Amino acid sequence: MKGRDLTELAARNLREAILRNSLTTLGVAVGVASLVAMLSLGVGLQTLASQRLNKSGLFDAVFVTSRRGMRGIGGPPQQQPKPAKVEGAKPLDQTAKQEFEKLPNVTEVYPQVRFLTEVRYAGNSYSANVLGLPESSRSTGAFDGITGKYFSSPTADEAILHADFAKELSPQVATLVGKDLVLRYAARQQKSTQDIAAEKDIDKQLDDMMSGGISIVSREKKLRIAGIIESDPSAGIAGFGGGRVFLPLRVAEELHPAQPNDVQEFVRAGGSSKAAYAALTVRAKSPKDVLKIEDAIKNMGFMTFSLLDATRSLRLVFTVFDLFLGLFGSLALTVASLGIINTLVMAILERRREIGVLKALGATDGDVRSLFFAEAGAMGLLGGVFGVALGWLIGQALTWGTTLYLRRQDLPGVKISYVPWWLALSAVAFAVVVSLIAGLYPAGRAARLNPVEALRYE
Amino acid sequence: MMAADQNLIRAEKISRQYRLGETLIHAVNEISLEVTAGEFLALLGSSGSGKSTLLNLLAGLDRPTSGAIHVGGRNLGALDAEELARYRRDTVGMVFQSFNLLPRMTLEENVELPLRLAEVDHREREARVAEALERVRLGGRKRHRPSELSGGEQQRGALARALVNRPKILFADEPTGNLDSVNGEQILLLLQEIQSTLGMTVIMVTHERPLAERFTNRIVVLSDGRVVRDSAKELSEIRGKQ
Repeated sequence: MKGRDLTELAARNLREAILRNSLTTLGVAVGVASLVAMLSLGVGLQTLASQRLNKSGLFDAVFVTSRRGMRGIGGPPQQQPKPAKVEGAKPLDQTAKQEFEKLPNVTEVYPQVRFLTEVRYAGNSYSANVLGLPESSRSTGAFDGITGKYFSSPTADEAILHADFAKELSPQVATLVGKDLVLRYAARQQKSTQDIAAEKDIDKQLDDMMSGGISIVSREKKLRIAGIIESDPSAGIAGFGGGRVFLPLRVAEELHPAQPNDVQEFVRAGGSSKAAYAALTVRAKSPKDVLKIEDAIKNMGFMTFSLLDATRSLRLVFTVFDLFLGLFGSLALTVASLGIINTLVMAILERRREIGVLKALGATDGDVRSLFFAEAGAMGLLGGVFGVALGWLIGQALTWGTTLYLRRQDLPGVKISYVPWWLALSAVAFAVVVSLIAGLYPAGRAARLNPVEALRYE
Repeated sequence: MMAADQNLIRAEKISRQYRLGETLIHAVNEISLEVTAGEFLALLGSSGSGKSTLLNLLAGLDRPTSGAIHVGGRNLGALDAEELARYRRDTVGMVFQSFNLLPRMTLEENVELPLRLAEVDHREREARVAEALERVRLGGRKRHRPSELSGGEQQRGALARALVNRPKILFADEPTGNLDSVNGEQILLLLQEIQSTLGMTVIMVTHERPLAERFTNRIVVLSDGRVVRDSAKELSEIRGKQ
């Protein structure tokens, strides 16, 4: 029989027992929906985690330090270079920064500006760690739930406070936005040779000569509080946590705060230190570029660290997670396939005489088998399509419910369910395959019916 | 050569046995039969005489336990299931006592069914269905479902379905069994007309001797699975007296 005739006959047969076939198809749809909902949840959570982690800068960032005795960030001690190589190591200075910027697929290179400061607010003093944030941190997602606003410009004299620190300043953290605070910090000052020579106070001139012109002076900076955040954006961007006051990076750099490596550089250079960075963060276009960039920077003679291995582990975890979700989802489809077997076996009993007539008219065993297969496949296809739609709706409902809950907790909504095209197509194909497998026994049984016995059946 | 052409069907000592519990039933017992092309043959006998079993064997719906059936030179016993299905589809037309039209389909769709199985082109189907329905005078009822037709109309519809593939042999199993005498007579007239105009071989199972004597040109009487009388000659004598 031709495919078109087979389809027409199968569709007619399905229409005739509309209630039973609809219920069976609904069973398949529910099975597929549970599978799709489960997997869409897995895919959604994986996508969410990947997006968040990518946005956080953890996985597209390479943290670079000089080999001049500074330990790499978080790296195990055995990965560190041997002390013998330290002598010839390059300084992590402006030249190195420019070299990194020229590397392919590098989007941004910025220093880590971090310093301890005293914060004065409403007549009280507080101790806090200050961190400069690059402009790119705006898109990390850490500021999604900000109270107030992100920095109005990269050079604005503004600060964003961590909520924990803000609570120390005032129990009503929201009232802090728009208020001013003052930073008192240690600034690094370097005098030129001419300035030292021009110094009239002989004691000071001697001090300057001994210190290579470097001095640490106390400075103050008035900043307006732009916003307050719950999460810590510094964890991803600079590799360290613990920032409590955040400034635009350029503002932080202009403060010239004394850095922990200043003294080290000074001692190494025998009192003629040039400004060098403690660490630089190199941002890649995407996490897949990180490895090449890391290798290139290592070849330049610097130490690097990235969290690429952590991404691989994350993928493994999610694959296992998806597998389990898929298995649980498939259980419902297995039950639905029993429904198909039941429906088709019932159909054989009811249509025994019809099968006999078809065989008497010249239908081959293959024709009869194909007819039952087509009916099973059609139920699978319809159930699959409805199931995907239903699964998508369940996913939407889950996203909606989660978003509602998060909003009540003053947190931004998230999309936890995602049905990619490959999942939709695979689910429909899976439903058809399962239905065809379920149809194997009934179709075989129908094909084997003896026409004489079938025609005798009342 | 001529004899081979004329003997469309040749059954050689065919038997069909069934096991019913401990008992072995000999439904057809070593029957030999030759049917010439264009004959209108009645298989007559009481209930359980084996006439329907013999018809099923000749129609390729069942296989004999022993013996051989040759139709148009082909041994049905040597055909596999698919070839036997093709034989039923292309060489044979079947009409049943209980009409066996599929209730879900219209008359037109029922008649079209063998053409679908034979994968006949869609446009050709329409013409052949119309022709078959016209032949049984049901052209105006093609859109009706079997439940909307009288018994006589249903059997005529079944006859159209049997004819639509232009078979060589038409098998009819008690075609008048579920009909009143008027409709029964109409069906037999149609069978007679088809046999005479199309030159088709018609083999009919019946237990109504008067109808068989009136419309067929050969009567084979069966009893306990054996042929007890083959009365082609007798029949012409009866007709001569009438």
